[in-house]
Amino acid sequence: MSEPLLQLTGIVKTFPGVRALDGVDLTLRAGEVHCLLGQNGAGKSTLIKVLSGAHAVDEGEIRLDGEPVSFGDPQAALDAGIATIYQELDLVDGLSVADNIFLGHEKTRLGFARVADTRRAARELLTSLGHPEIRPAREIGSLSAAGKQIVSVARALSRRARLIVMDEPSAVLDPDEVEGLFRVIEGLRASGKAILYISHRLEEIRRIGDRLTVLKDGRTVAADLSARDTPTSELVALMTGREVSAEFPRRTEPVPEAPPLLVVDGLGRDGEFEDVSFSVRPGEIVGLAGLVGAGRSEIVETVYGARRAHRGSVTVDGRALRRGSVDAAVAAGLGLCPEERKSQGLVLDEVVSRNISLASLTRFSRLGATRDAAERAAAHEAARSVDVRPDDPDRVTRTLSGGNQQKVVLARWLLRSCRVLLLDEPTRGVDVGARSEIYALIRSLADDGLAVVVVSSDIDEVLGLSDRVLVVADGRVVHAAASDSLDAHAVLDLILATHEAADDHTAAHDPKGDAA
Amino acid sequence: MSTSSVTGSTKPATAHPQKRARSLGVARNLGLVVALVLLCVVGLVTAGDRFASTNNVITVLSLASAIGVVAIGMTFVITGGGIDLSVGAIVALASVWASTTGTQAMAENVGWIVIVTTAIAVGIACGVINGVLIAYGKIVPFIATLAMLASARGLAEILADRKTQIIRDQGFRDALGARPFGVPVIVFLFALVVIAGWFLLNRTTFGRRTFAVGGNTEAARLAGIKVQRHTVYLYALLGATCGLAAVMLMSRTQTGSSTHGLMWELDAIAAVVIGGTLLSGGRGTVVGTLLGVLIFTTLTNVFTLNNLSTSVQAVAKGVIIVVAVLLQQRLANRTT
Repeated sequence: MSEPLLQLTGIVKTFPGVRALDGVDLTLRAGEVHCLLGQNGAGKSTLIKVLSGAHAVDEGEIRLDGEPVSFGDPQAALDAGIATIYQELDLVDGLSVADNIFLGHEKTRLGFARVADTRRAARELLTSLGHPEIRPAREIGSLSAAGKQIVSVARALSRRARLIVMDEPSAVLDPDEVEGLFRVIEGLRASGKAILYISHRLEEIRRIGDRLTVLKDGRTVAADLSARDTPTSELVALMTGREVSAEFPRRTEPVPEAPPLLVVDGLGRDGEFEDVSFSVRPGEIVGLAGLVGAGRSEIVETVYGARRAHRGSVTVDGRALRRGSVDAAVAAGLGLCPEERKSQGLVLDEVVSRNISLASLTRFSRLGATRDAAERAAAHEAARSVDVRPDDPDRVTRTLSGGNQQKVVLARWLLRSCRVLLLDEPTRGVDVGARSEIYALIRSLADDGLAVVVVSSDIDEVLGLSDRVLVVADGRVVHAAASDSLDAHAVLDLILATHEAADDHTAAHDPKGDAA
Repeated sequence: MSTSSVTGSTKPATAHPQKRARSLGVARNLGLVVALVLLCVVGLVTAGDRFASTNNVITVLSLASAIGVVAIGMTFVITGGGIDLSVGAIVALASVWASTTGTQAMAENVGWIVIVTTAIAVGIACGVINGVLIAYGKIVPFIATLAMLASARGLAEILADRKTQIIRDQGFRDALGARPFGVPVIVFLFALVVIAGWFLLNRTTFGRRTFAVGGNTEAARLAGIKVQRHTVYLYALLGATCGLAAVMLMSRTQTGSSTHGLMWELDAIAAVVIGGTLLSGGRGTVVGTLLGVLIFTTLTNVFTLNNLSTSVQAVAKGVIIVVAVLLQQRLANRTT
């Protein structure tokens, strides 16, 4: 086996409140397509930014050709031969293909652009990638997503890149275009480039990858596996399984005769999910398990009214909610802790107490005027009841750790006295150590009579926390059972069974066409 | 103190003044007060008694009043994450419309009420149109209000036939031209708007929602706040302040004209921004805006007293905006 081109050892990167990377090892070799697997939040994007020089590492070592290096800025990484193709392609829409390829290292003479040279060089690069039909003079904005990706690859080559990092390049492509992209990648591999291919689509990794590394919670949980021969079940288990096991609180028997508080009946949204029905009693925690893209977040957001249901109904305590209305849902006693806490859950630059009181403003006002002291005191008490640390209601929320930010969102709904709590990825971005605390908190809220719905990509988490589990795959509930009766393998089998059925289905309809 | 902070884990963490939002506001306002005092010193040194005279102070205040009222309204819109370029045009339209109704007003003694009501109603209507286009039509504020700028001013020209309309209504002149304690009514009105604005932004649920909507729209929506409706309210509020500003301008000039309020959008935005309100939304201060308005008006006054041209004033204004924003960024960086 050849000398590694790039070797990362023990990479650590922390942001205020969270260890985004917590010991990542990665070895990349020339002439190899290396796949990086991991759930959302596993640290893939942070790792990409480390490789591209956008983030400096806190600990760990990067060796290029065996020599230790450090990239202070993106230019340094480019100079070292590492080019990154981001998911949102960083091309300038108004410029031509050729100008985009040479953006930042234009071919000039005395400050004048050498248009003919630039175009000729661009044409050579595109031809070498097997895409001579992309004309260098064409405006980028008029190209398809696939065309833009080819241009991005050409740009990487124009920089004499030896390692090309591709962040979920297939996400925006249709199957034919993916095939085209794979041919380009195969060409790059044959010419001795190293490729880091990031995706969570297992079938693509099988098709194009040589070796793979799995990230989970900012750590490398498996390195240098064979991309073709490692069993799918093992990969999914690596991605979703818990490495450090957090403690789950003991279940308490929900009052069996209590009527359900939340009833979801036949809920559906075009292209997202269909025919979702379930009910939750007070004191009960119901979990939605499934892979990314299965439709779990869409389901809870629709229950909450943040997305408008096309079919079906949501009933709280016997009263149907108006479709597509968050404030009706909140008025009926629903509360959501959203998946993207920072962008959807919190006003980060506002203080803790005001984030907590955000959903209860009218309660602390008289004729529209706020009663600040009462509001702050009540918010402080709510923060204490969930143990937000530090215990300071005047602290700016941005400075808290992920776990404590999550507690702030929980406290908001406690203060609102909500009766149905919807939790989307409640431990995303929360340090492993702080998770047990969140779990205990959720269970104690249920014991106080709340109906709780938990969504998580972490199957162990769903099973450990919930009383009942709904397994969601491809926008449908494929199984519902008491979580005692299931284990992680059973859930995985259910998910994979649906996926394989779906794959067979599409394969039958879409025979692999070579003409493109 | 030093020993307790080392050992005292029981002590709540109060030792991070720079991490607190409130002290930042104080520091920022302090800078503005210093700037204003410096300007006054310059005025005293260069123009002496002419600057310090009661008459001159009252002139400065009444000049600040109309634009100041607009700037207070603008503070709300910007804090809520928006922008409004149409304020000057709305002032013009409101003044023309109100002076037109004023000349047609029937009963002598209610004439001025009709004028005032018309101006404010026109302002609110324009604001509601802006807000609806932005909140429900999903047009970016910059474009929606740019369209309003063009069409409101155009409509004002059509209504006024490009003529300046003189307000002859004695009731209006008496009511708004009064000078209790020697101070024009419009200065009292301005003071009232500042106090009401401060209260509305800092002590009401409306203000709280404004901060939340501007700070993180999605989080506000998911917390059950009716974001779209609130956006309409914000622009309507600014429209109302434009209407009031038109009334104040009419009382000062005795005219309604389609050329009133030219470039006021820039003056109002500049005052808000140097006051310390974040253009990206989520943070805003009424007191800062008041100081911003006073700084600009005093600057104009000092320059005028020294017979410097309006062109020089414009250059100085530009420099002040840049310096203020640079300072603001330093302060903001210190907190993160």
